[in-house]
Amino acid sequence: MAEKFDLNEREVWDGNYAASQALRQADVDVVAAYPITPSTPIVENYGSYVANGYIDGEFIMVESEHAAMSGCIGASAAGGRVATATSSQGFALMAEVLYQASGMRLPIVLNVVNRALASPLNVSGDHSDMYLGRDSGWIQMDAFNAQEAYDLTLCAFKIGENHSVRLPVMVHQDGFTTSHTAQNTYPLTDEAAAKFVGKIVPVDDMLDFSRPVTYGAQTESDWHFEHKIKQHKAIMDSRPVIDEVYAEFEKLTGREYKRVESYNMEDADVAIVALGTTVETARIAAEELKSEGIKAGIVAIRCFRPFPFDQVREALKNVKCVSVLDRSSPAGAMGAFFNEVSAALYTTASRPLVTNFIYGLGGRDFSIEEAKRIFKEQQAHADAGHITTDIQQFSGLRGPYLGFFQTKRG
Amino acid sequence: MQDLKLRANDNRGLSQLEAGFDLLGWHEITQGSILHSFDGDATNIVNLKAEERTYSGYNSYTATVASWRVDKPVFNIDVCIDCQNCWVWCPDSSIISRDKQMLGIDYDHCKGCGVCVEVCPTNPKSLLMFAEQRELGEALSQWPEKKKKEEKN
Repeated sequence: MAEKFDLNEREVWDGNYAASQALRQADVDVVAAYPITPSTPIVENYGSYVANGYIDGEFIMVESEHAAMSGCIGASAAGGRVATATSSQGFALMAEVLYQASGMRLPIVLNVVNRALASPLNVSGDHSDMYLGRDSGWIQMDAFNAQEAYDLTLCAFKIGENHSVRLPVMVHQDGFTTSHTAQNTYPLTDEAAAKFVGKIVPVDDMLDFSRPVTYGAQTESDWHFEHKIKQHKAIMDSRPVIDEVYAEFEKLTGREYKRVESYNMEDADVAIVALGTTVETARIAAEELKSEGIKAGIVAIRCFRPFPFDQVREALKNVKCVSVLDRSSPAGAMGAFFNEVSAALYTTASRPLVTNFIYGLGGRDFSIEEAKRIFKEQQAHADAGHITTDIQQFSGLRGPYLGFFQTKRG
Repeated sequence: MQDLKLRANDNRGLSQLEAGFDLLGWHEITQGSILHSFDGDATNIVNLKAEERTYSGYNSYTATVASWRVDKPVFNIDVCIDCQNCWVWCPDSSIISRDKQMLGIDYDHCKGCGVCVEVCPTNPKSLLMFAEQRELGEALSQWPEKKKKEEKN
């Protein structure tokens, strides 16, 4: 039996520590991990809990991230509750195995501390790794601060292990800005957390010797399509379960989560759509712009997959101009996030103007002033009735002005 | 005389694994492409002989996976000494042996690799490779004589 870990009602935790405490409280059966900056402390903290007797489960140190996720798959198929953490190149090395986990419908929880992808090598936060996972068949939730990293990690087990979901879940947080920034965090007691998450009830577990099963079957053109679409439907159908788990969590803690978060959107004319810590920066900017008469709002995507197409549309249907901020190099396209938000808005009657900023690559700072500038620029588009700049621009980039594509509307 | 049609179970080899069953829709297939090996409770199934087990339609035991064999081993019961060498070495569990009596080849799973022939210690060999389409009776009628010691060199 694990030792009792003393917690205060209010702790000062960074995102990594918060996530590692959530893993401890979730009573995970197996953590198989290979640490990488900036997610290292999640695994490191967890290792110290193991060493000090606070963990009943197994902690397996492996030789790569590929092996980490492979170990997680084995343990999850065996019927255990399983989690790990990674970032950037480690996430990229996991990529093959991520698809295996989701295809086998194994509810593994992965804490992804977002970091840029090399080359050039960079340890700081952007969303390149997060975007890399977007077609991998995992549920992807995004925490904007340490408290949310803790809360969403607890929710992740409950969502993924739900028998009508049975999917792996990633909980993202921004490298360093969240993962290494200590903030006030209000944890649940161990008892309350354990009660909320509940015990895992295995499905098709390989340790059930009365019902032997084969995992990882081969399916060719006559079967593969059906299996992939069944999986796609499961991700789509996870939406109400995610809402239920968020609602239950709110009842317990008073902290409310939605798949799409809206701030100052009630009467907004212009909006920023963003992920991660940028959301909090933009919220301050929007507040400050009130005095200048600009009605600015923020729509933040809490649940990146399943993509909340309907809720994004609902949140933005009354604004005049939207800027979607992509923190990942689009490498020859519009930002992927811009494309997804634009696709949702295209199916509305109002079809607000949509622009795209690429920003914050490799941890480049995104300031409140810059958020205000972007809001003001959207106001100018709204006043003109069309996009007056290039559709894709770059925020915080040194060098001569760069932009791509002009509007054909207006 | 050996049973040339011997199979461990009458239900075997009914179908090709890759196109075996009614092609189900996305709403009917198993979650995570999980395949169950047996029908019903399999708690003590390890104690049963293969032909007594309730293998499911998803198990390769009930399907033939040998369609691409070019040469097949033919077994001659009159020469065999039941040493079980072939049973030990066969990589596809395709040597059928019961109570240490070699009974024949499972042609639904044998890939024709020839390992059984290589490891057969008798003179002449009790297993020899023949072209897939060759009749078993014809193959047995052409079995070589025992090699004399002086013929070796």
